[in-house]
Amino acid sequence: MDIQHKLEILADAAKYDASCASSGAARKDSRGGKGVGSTGGTGICHSYAPDGRCISLLKVLLTNACLYDCHYCINRRSSNVQRARFTPEEVVRLTLDFYKRNFIEGLFLSSGIIRSADYTMELVVEVARQLREEHHFRGYIHLKTIPEASPALIEMAGRYADRISINIELPTQQGLSKLAPEKNLARTQDAMGHIRGKIEERHAEKRKPEAPKPPPFATGQSTQMLVGADDSTDAVILQRADLLYGTYRLRRVYYSGFSPIPEPSALLPIKPPPLVREHRLYQADWLLRFYGFKVEEIASAAAPNLDLQLDPKLAWALRNRATFPVDVNRAPREILLRVPGLGVRNVERILSARRYARLRLADLLQLRVPMKKVLPFIIAADHTPARLGLDDDSLRARFLPPPRQMELDFAAPPVAGDIDSVRSGEL
Amino acid sequence: MRTVVIQPVFEEWRDRARGLLALRVPPEEVLWSDEAQEPGLFAEVEEASPRGPVPKVPAAFLDMARSVAAHTDARRWGALYRVLWRLTHGGERHLLAVATDPEVRQLQLWCKAIGRDIHKMHAFVRFRLVATDEATGREQFVAWFEPEYRIVRLAAGFFEKRFAGMDWSILTPHACAHWDGSMLHFSPGVPRSAAPDEDALDELWRTYFRSIFNPARLKVRAMQSEMPKKYWKNLPEAPLIAGLISGSGGRVEKMLRTEARPAKPAPKNTYLDSLRAMNECEPPPGAPPESP
Repeated sequence: MDIQHKLEILADAAKYDASCASSGAARKDSRGGKGVGSTGGTGICHSYAPDGRCISLLKVLLTNACLYDCHYCINRRSSNVQRARFTPEEVVRLTLDFYKRNFIEGLFLSSGIIRSADYTMELVVEVARQLREEHHFRGYIHLKTIPEASPALIEMAGRYADRISINIELPTQQGLSKLAPEKNLARTQDAMGHIRGKIEERHAEKRKPEAPKPPPFATGQSTQMLVGADDSTDAVILQRADLLYGTYRLRRVYYSGFSPIPEPSALLPIKPPPLVREHRLYQADWLLRFYGFKVEEIASAAAPNLDLQLDPKLAWALRNRATFPVDVNRAPREILLRVPGLGVRNVERILSARRYARLRLADLLQLRVPMKKVLPFIIAADHTPARLGLDDDSLRARFLPPPRQMELDFAAPPVAGDIDSVRSGEL
Repeated sequence: MRTVVIQPVFEEWRDRARGLLALRVPPEEVLWSDEAQEPGLFAEVEEASPRGPVPKVPAAFLDMARSVAAHTDARRWGALYRVLWRLTHGGERHLLAVATDPEVRQLQLWCKAIGRDIHKMHAFVRFRLVATDEATGREQFVAWFEPEYRIVRLAAGFFEKRFAGMDWSILTPHACAHWDGSMLHFSPGVPRSAAPDEDALDELWRTYFRSIFNPARLKVRAMQSEMPKKYWKNLPEAPLIAGLISGSGGRVEKMLRTEARPAKPAPKNTYLDSLRAMNECEPPPGAPPESP
């Protein structure tokens, strides 16, 4: 099989992994070295596919042959998809050739599991080793790891990679037992705990001034959860994400709305979830990480699923009208962050500008704050919302999208350049 | 009223602005023009730059000015001088912290446009391999790019850091940047015909682009907001886009019509056996996740 055909099969096999972030790596570049590559700035999306997803990395599987039978996955052993396998050298060559043409920021390598976890992991690590040691490649490397691989191999993966990840896939063991019988939530989390330990150990060593420079280690780990393949509610998904952020210090949890695949399994729902559900989960995730919200405030036991029609911050504000209106000239940061329509960056601008002048609506217009959205919730020097407006039952109706707007063409979920999109995210 | 005509580069604006500040010329008495707009239209009133103390300005302002200078809006030189005046002589040293001020905001918006253009240049430059130096073995690449603003100098450092191990030139209509392994240097702009059209790897890249696309999640507007059409003409993958979009509906239809595959029994494999054994020792499903 020629390289072009292999690439076709093994990129197709990798496209269900949503992650493509290439930010958050340690700063390094190729000056004074023998090769190419740099990392450490904001992530760069070198292209976009018509699915709205950023293409920043060469995202391929080493092989799509797999012993496992995960029913949401096109590469499971029960699928009749055509199989292919790259040699490590082939992936190395492709990565370098693409990189030197500025097509990509680096490599995201994953693999179906063949023979055993360790056998597969060794092959994956070998690609990264060749790139780093033989070709002096200093670009971004993201390696997918297997929870059951030996700790020594995961450690080697971390040495060569900027980011490592293990996909949790589903938020509960019940879901996994049904749809991914070989996978185990506790083992996945144990492996994440081990990686967290390594990342922090390395970080602590770096801070000792006179100690020799420690070998590099990945600066972060991430994971992916499938949405809509099992019957988990948004509350269950967000609680799992919150636990992963808190206990294992994950950089990112990616949510991937289950979408139809060419080799459907009899165990899966025929109807995929609306794409907007994934989008709402990303918004909720942002609220957890950057806006000081708790899971229970966004998705409670009583209302375990997010409102598909309104963004979760607006939905929260409408449920908690007693908090408003909020005075933009007085309210502390954590309250301003809760105002629908004020993003992280504009909150910072408001805090800075109001030290020198009382802010009026015209000032907020300068900041391009969405006025229609914020007006019922704020007080400014020249504005007090009609109490009537906040109490009015029809306030929710005001924010609902007009009936025809159901072509779900929302901006792509935030991907590379994490922080940048966070700051511009007008939640 | 005096007219100041400059070359449209940051350094010239800075030098003239320093002179005007030292003479305490308020912004409303200066008409700024650059030769990109109206060459020779205004009679230049030249004064010897007085040597006086140069007023201190926040470093953030200089960064901002350097970036704004790369913009093409004719009002930028005057706008920069007004903010500079307010910072130094208007008693508003804190001015840059007031993002709600219309003049500061305008500078920020220009900066943002420049930042975006630089970012897109970092993303969408496509190098083509043209030769390999026989003596050194270094590969030589050439790229053609058409930025919206005059950002080549601002954007070049990134390429030096990333591609130090190869020789490269980035050609644009306004300016070109070149790296030979030891020095970054710049030369005047060239026409499109000076750059190669294709690279042997383009076809492999298109294969990747086609294969990584998921037809079941079409979001054309999301793609276009990040990769506006104005960049498409220099992207080897862009000609595929229309076909991928129009073919996606049929591909999804086919997936939905495909008969679901039954689960296959597990093959004999010692590794799978060991996984099964481990799973049986685990706490029963449904047990709450333990916090280590």
